[in-house]
Amino acid sequence: MTRRLRVVLGALAALLLGALLWEGYKAVGSDNGASLFGVRVLPRADDSAMPHVLDILKRFGQPELAGGDPIWLVVLDACLFTLRSVAVGFGVGALIGLLLAIVMQRFRVVERGLLPYVILSQTVPLIALAPVIAGWGGKLSLGSYPWQPWMSVATIAAYLAFFPVAVGMLRGLHSPAAIAEELMHSYAAGWWRTLVKLRLPASTPYLFPALRLAGAAAVVGAVVGEISTGTRGGIGRLVIEYSREATGDPAKVYTAMIGAALLGLAVAALVGAAEFLLNRRRRVLV
Amino acid sequence: MTAVALSGVGKVFNAGRADQVVALTGVDLTVDSGQFVSLIGPSGCGKSTLLRLVADLIQPTSGTLTVAGKPARKARLDQEYGIAFQQAGLFEWRTVLRNVELPLELRGTGRRERKRRAEEMLELVGLADFTGHYPAQLSGGMQQRVAIARALAVHPLLLLMDEPFGALDEMTRERLQDELLRICAQTGTSTIFVTHSIPEAVYLSDRVVVMSPRPGRITDVIEIDLGPRSEATRQSAGFFAGITKVRRALRGTPAPTSSSPSASSSASAEVTAS
Ligand SMILES: Nc1ncnc2c1ncn2[C@@H]1O[C@H](COP(=O)(O)OP(=O)(O)OP(=O)(O)O)[C@@H](O)[C@H]1O
Ligand SMILES: [Mg+2]
Repeated sequence: MTRRLRVVLGALAALLLGALLWEGYKAVGSDNGASLFGVRVLPRADDSAMPHVLDILKRFGQPELAGGDPIWLVVLDACLFTLRSVAVGFGVGALIGLLLAIVMQRFRVVERGLLPYVILSQTVPLIALAPVIAGWGGKLSLGSYPWQPWMSVATIAAYLAFFPVAVGMLRGLHSPAAIAEELMHSYAAGWWRTLVKLRLPASTPYLFPALRLAGAAAVVGAVVGEISTGTRGGIGRLVIEYSREATGDPAKVYTAMIGAALLGLAVAALVGAAEFLLNRRRRVLV
Repeated sequence: MTAVALSGVGKVFNAGRADQVVALTGVDLTVDSGQFVSLIGPSGCGKSTLLRLVADLIQPTSGTLTVAGKPARKARLDQEYGIAFQQAGLFEWRTVLRNVELPLELRGTGRRERKRRAEEMLELVGLADFTGHYPAQLSGGMQQRVAIARALAVHPLLLLMDEPFGALDEMTRERLQDELLRICAQTGTSTIFVTHSIPEAVYLSDRVVVMSPRPGRITDVIEIDLGPRSEATRQSAGFFAGITKVRRALRGTPAPTSSSPSASSSASAEVTAS
């Protein structure tokens, strides 16, 4: 209990420190920032580039446009919209990553042949890939259900999310000691039972760090995917829209950015909760 | 019935490469049903290799090998044997109890029966109070005992044990030796038992197989006939005579026809090979 309290206090202290640094720089920094050989190395500190923390927080409570919903509601709505793409992309990506890892572990040849492409897949620039995926998606339909723009976004999220799971789980599935494999062999356990009784449980220490990375990747993928496919309704779109108003309403874009950050934190927290539950279940299962 | 029969068995690791090792050559050995056979010899003479051949974890490069009258592979698939390795090899995410249950689980034993047998075996190795612990919470000797319980839990007809008592204190060791003999006698189990301790080999075995390295081979087989074992056996003249015989065989000097009593009694219980 005291440990959890310490974690919460630590997080609050970090937030406070961030706010203090922000305001501190505003107080001492030059309004025009600092340039070195024509390259700006320090940001401008005036109110239009770095609004006061309090102004940003106040902006959450004010309407988006005159007479509209308050910003916090708009941002929350957008986050929930994006969360759907994130969740679907994360789930599908993690599943694909897991299956790839299993196939690669099972067949050496597949590992040799596939792993370079798995790694190569992450070096393709997302900006180039997103329109292609959106274009393909437009020609698809799931049965009678037409392809929705958010599905393209989820696909992009999945494309980023599968990678850490595939690589992490491949290591995890390879992790049992030779003696443990021999033991299963001596029990005449085939590939499937060795997988279920030995390899999968042995790889949980690798699974959760991989899932954390996949969660973060899915959020980045969804936000960037929304921006580059021009999908409406999500937080990625909101960031772009609000940044266009940055000159007149500088605090606004920061509300959307904070929203995107909170979305990432929420996904990380969900993965953490899943890990906690699994570990506890394990302790209870005798 | 013969439990295990090897004839002309050889094993070469990494054949044809620079790091080629002749681990075993020309091994002839039969273990009769219900017999207890120990393998003893200096480190690296191929004891573990021999055991792993019988377990069909590796395949011989020459010779023939049958287990329970079948090819070794068939015997493994029929789960004819239980095995305890040189290292405990427990699954760290399973509790002690569930580790012992593992082989029963894979044989499709029912949940309740599984638990009962695992608890019985853990009681036997003196770990009844640790069923809910995880392997990381146990000492090395305790982990080794869990591995022994795991090997015994399936009541196999053939038991393969690779230095199972190596990490145990002398008292636990002697108690487990007696328990092992009792179980084997009760269930008619045949056992191949690797050890570095001459007294242990003599106390447990019907036959002690003496091996020698480079290349790994059997140099001597010593029959031990001490009758039913008891506490008195450990002090008996026959026991010490056996120890002397095995030790001579390990040194490579043939035993004289009549061993002098003084030489016999000098063989203390701490003597170990290698
Ligand atoms: N997988 C392997 N690959 C190559 N060489 C091996 C392998 N396993 C064993 N050897 C070699 O075979 C020989 C016999 O090894 P083995 O493990 O059977 O010895 P051991 O009698 O059990 O020794 P110890 O008493 O130290 O356990 C050794 O020289 C070892 O280097
Ligand atoms: Mg060995």
